[in-house]
Amino acid sequence: MTDEELWDLLDEVMDPEIPVLSLVDLGVIRKAEFVAGDPVITITPTYSGCPAMKVMEEDIEAVLQGVGFDEYTIKTVLSPAWTTDWITEKGRKALQDYGIAPPEQATSDKGALLGHPKEVTCPNCKSRKTKMLSQFGSTPCKALYQCNDCKEPFDYFKCI
Amino acid sequence: MEKKQALFNYLLRLADNSAILGHKLSEWCGHGPELEEDIAIINTALDLLGHSRSLYTYAGEVEGKGKTEDDLAFLRIEREYKNALITELPNGHYGDTIARQYLFDQFNYLLFIELEKSSDETVAAIAAKAIKEIRYHLRRSIEWTLRLGDGTEESHAKIQEAFDDVWAYTGDLFVQDDSDLVIIAEGIGPDLKAIQPIWREKVKATLAEATLLIPEDGWMHSGSKQGRHTEHMGHILSELQYMQRTYPGCEW
Repeated sequence: MTDEELWDLLDEVMDPEIPVLSLVDLGVIRKAEFVAGDPVITITPTYSGCPAMKVMEEDIEAVLQGVGFDEYTIKTVLSPAWTTDWITEKGRKALQDYGIAPPEQATSDKGALLGHPKEVTCPNCKSRKTKMLSQFGSTPCKALYQCNDCKEPFDYFKCI
Repeated sequence: MEKKQALFNYLLRLADNSAILGHKLSEWCGHGPELEEDIAIINTALDLLGHSRSLYTYAGEVEGKGKTEDDLAFLRIEREYKNALITELPNGHYGDTIARQYLFDQFNYLLFIELEKSSDETVAAIAAKAIKEIRYHLRRSIEWTLRLGDGTEESHAKIQEAFDDVWAYTGDLFVQDDSDLVIIAEGIGPDLKAIQPIWREKVKATLAEATLLIPEDGWMHSGSKQGRHTEHMGHILSELQYMQRTYPGCEW
């Protein structure tokens, strides 16, 4: 197996809390390579207290074992710290289709300069008229929003 | 004092602050004043526990006696915990919790932006991760201070009293000992005496905006860095340590 095939294999491991997003798309996998013939995977937590990290490690172990690897290493690094910019374009699309608003790109709204809350697009009706209900949502990485047009509440993958 | 011992002490203090305050906040789980706030406060608790895990793990490595994060979090006696006294105070009513949280968040924010520049790479990495979270903890506790202070007559009176009550525990946050001096000299962490006036200015500004008065500096409690705690600490540990004391070595 090549390093590239190893990445493809890891792309099958889904985030335990957002099952449409692979760990590769989430940007949790920093490095995947073979060292002396054995896979070495380097991961980074999204949030310090993310309770899903342990599950992610176990899920990675399961796919590695599934294709016959007995010897492997999974390392955790904190630096450089994960930000939402690590989420891939494919990942952003998957979030959107799943009904979670993906993190807004830094340049897309000028409100940030003035300390205003971010403009977030409703994943349901695509309206920009939305409001934040709470900075904290169903998981540490999400905030709770509501659309002023279609009235649907939705999760926003908050930008850090 | 040698650097290794000073760093171990320093890491434990940071980790204990996060672990004990995180534990106190977790007591609100299912009891928050409204659903969104219940979720918010438990998210904050979770972030703090995350910070403590990274710090305990590193403290164990620095000490070099093979201790894990669990050994350090759960298997010390009261005197060996070095968390600031303010973190172990009872939750009280929601205003009490917010007053305690705001004063601590403001301190923790100013501390961690300095730790991000630490000469110790691991401390800097943990801080760079944590500061992203501490930043919105602070934003939330400021918002609540404003809402309660500049709210109704009753909420104003209650949170003013909460700030007055907790004030005598804030001096303890800035006490420094020999370990701190080594940490400052090595460029690992900031001089708390330099942070104190900035903290005071920020707190004064927030309270003024919230139409609250900054309490007068009177006699201050101290002793956390020597492990001298308030009467509340024993009760916290009896609950926090129950599983490990009852089933030694149990793992999640």
